[in-house]
Amino acid sequence: MFCFLSQVLGRFNRARAARLALPHHVCQTPLFMPVGTQGTIKGLTTNQLEEIGCQIILGNTYHLALRPTSELLDEAGGLHKFMNWPRALLTDSGGFQMVSLLHLADITEKGVTFQNRIGADIIMALDDVVKTTITGPRIEEAMYRTLRWIDRCIAAHERPHDQNLFGIVQGGLDPILRDICVRGLVDRNLPGYAIGGLAGGEDKDSFWRVVAQCTAALPEDKPRYVMGVGYPLDIVVCSALGADMYDCVYPTRTARFGTALVPEGVLKLKHRAMADDTRPIDPTCSCMVCKNYTRAYIHCLVTKDAMGSQLLSYHNLYYIMQFPKGDVPEWVCNAMEVAGIDISSCCAPFSSQSHQEYNSKKCFTEEIDEMEVELERL
Amino acid sequence: MKFSAKAWSSGARVGAIEIGSCPGPIETPALLLSTRKGLPYFISPDLLSSLPSPDCYLLQVSPLHFLEGLSTSTISKIGGLHRMLSLHDYGIASVIRDSIQCLPEASASSKLGASFETPCGRLLIKPKDYVEMISHMRPNIWAALADEVPAWVSKKRNRTSVDRTVRWLDDCLALNPAGGCVFGAIVGGPDLEERKRCAEEVAKRNVSGYWIGGFGLGDNISERPAILTGIMDILPVEKPRMVCGLELPEEVLQGIAAGIDLFNSTYIYTLTIGGFALTFPLDKHGNQFNLQLNQIGSDLTKINLRATIYRKDMSPIVGNCTCYTCQNHTKAYINHLLNVHEMLAQILLEIHNTHHYLMFFRLIREAIKEGRFEQFRQTFMESRREHLKGEAVSA
Ligand SMILES: [Zn+2]
Ligand SMILES: [Zn+2]
Repeated sequence: MFCFLSQVLGRFNRARAARLALPHHVCQTPLFMPVGTQGTIKGLTTNQLEEIGCQIILGNTYHLALRPTSELLDEAGGLHKFMNWPRALLTDSGGFQMVSLLHLADITEKGVTFQNRIGADIIMALDDVVKTTITGPRIEEAMYRTLRWIDRCIAAHERPHDQNLFGIVQGGLDPILRDICVRGLVDRNLPGYAIGGLAGGEDKDSFWRVVAQCTAALPEDKPRYVMGVGYPLDIVVCSALGADMYDCVYPTRTARFGTALVPEGVLKLKHRAMADDTRPIDPTCSCMVCKNYTRAYIHCLVTKDAMGSQLLSYHNLYYIMQFPKGDVPEWVCNAMEVAGIDISSCCAPFSSQSHQEYNSKKCFTEEIDEMEVELERL
Repeated sequence: MKFSAKAWSSGARVGAIEIGSCPGPIETPALLLSTRKGLPYFISPDLLSSLPSPDCYLLQVSPLHFLEGLSTSTISKIGGLHRMLSLHDYGIASVIRDSIQCLPEASASSKLGASFETPCGRLLIKPKDYVEMISHMRPNIWAALADEVPAWVSKKRNRTSVDRTVRWLDDCLALNPAGGCVFGAIVGGPDLEERKRCAEEVAKRNVSGYWIGGFGLGDNISERPAILTGIMDILPVEKPRMVCGLELPEEVLQGIAAGIDLFNSTYIYTLTIGGFALTFPLDKHGNQFNLQLNQIGSDLTKINLRATIYRKDMSPIVGNCTCYTCQNHTKAYINHLLNVHEMLAQILLEIHNTHHYLMFFRLIREAIKEGRFEQFRQTFMESRREHLKGEAVSA
């Protein structure tokens, strides 16, 4: 197995910090992966991404399979070479709904073949994602389908020695279904596991319970990736529960709409009050943007000039990248303690907080919307 | 600001301009990077430093850009343009209009001030308004307010534009904002007599340099040499001359041949937005023959990276280019970025194009210093013309 969580560097209750060795990069977890659907993170160069500490970039298998096509990426020597990114890559399909838009008969196998050609360090198995707000037999069907597909994915996977196939745990908010799925995937002894189907509009209490259940059932020595999670507080909660990896379009998307992530929550740079504000976006941030620019200047750039979203994306990614860092995850639990949340036993109900602007439901669904719009255009 | 002309070759000259805390004197003829609100359109400040130095240390800023959401008094509160942009050692020149979004609207200008079409609508700027903007922004250099008119206006309107421009210069000088060197504006359209009259009047004033406007507003390219030479003969040699509206390589060479020192890079923006990359050979002697023949999507100066021929092209835009883009990325990748409408395409293109154009200016300065500018220009123009002819025959 190529991918492993060697050396758990620090541990605090269930939270852990570890070294994740991937073919192109030895990563430090917990980590956040920015979404680069089309082989680029909007508005940033690969040099800048390295500078701000980005370790893994996420690409979308089917977007890339359509343009520039997996054949071309293969010819170019893989996505790493094509986009000149020396560190790790992860490719994901976006789920069955997304993939089915391609009308391929052998979606599962094709998906793996595409991912083999693209050459990312981590490739995600095809899953059937159902919104957590949906109930009934559709959840069960999706879970079993995901489980059935995993063997087809494993069989079709031609590069197990340099690409790590991660299975995705589905099962909605139902602990029994989640349990069946986790067990089924763990039996396959995969290099890593993802917890899918979350961040889709479920309440926070249901959200953390699913994460807690899955992280507890997944093997200690394998990375755990909570898909679609990217709000700072969600990252803290999941890390406290023993998760290692996260991804979300939120930091860059919100930047394009003129919103900055700051310790207090968010800062809307478009707001008129910013026009005269000579402070940096976040006085405690040491990123290139905060060191050099005032809110007033960013205010006159955002949503009008490309530079506005370039600079804000830079800050937001820098901010979120600093966030899950830290060799000892103790701070995560301390933060929870300060927030009056006891997660050490994971039994006490987690009171959903009232963070301003806090709404993780949008994140994932918007991404799917974006993909669909994109595909329709083709 | 300090300027001195150092070497001449025919009408062209190499000079050195020392501005504020720029790293060392910057040689002219030089390119001022056109900006949007003070920063290049797509090159963020951390990437700006990857461009050739000190060549890239001159920026051109249009005060009208800030009307979109930032009052100049806030710029003043921040400490002026240099502080706001965090570009302390850059030389910043203010020219009220750009050639992209904020254009002169002569029909609406009056004796009170100049009118411009901007993203915030049509605006009338009086000398007093402009001087106030300047005193807030504190650029190193600022071109005085001009009444620019298109080439087709009547002789009478042209005369009025010269009268107003000279009067506004007096107004600007009388208001005398804190700091910054004033460049007197020279207009007069395609009318040689009016141009000369304007140059004579402006030359009498206490200005640090000259800004020559009125080109690229419907004038005929072949009439420019006479106009330019007419103006230059009047202007004192010891002061720098900035021009507006001469953008293409041929136009730049035309301007330099007449003795222009400073240009702006609007052309780079146009190229970048169109998906074009500059590829003309940077040959010491100006030779353009070693262009790739029949390159699809190419017009001998540039290539269009949207063209499908680059879909699988794993080579850099220009093989021996040392810019960040060519050192790190292929044509195929940029082609992909353009296809999927990703902003990184424009970032990479603006970097390469700016780098390429700055290097073109270096070659020109070298040719002037070695006394072979006219030869360089002839070779550049003729080999390109020959090449185009060859293309036409083989097509
Ligand atoms: Zn910052
Ligand atoms: Zn280049």
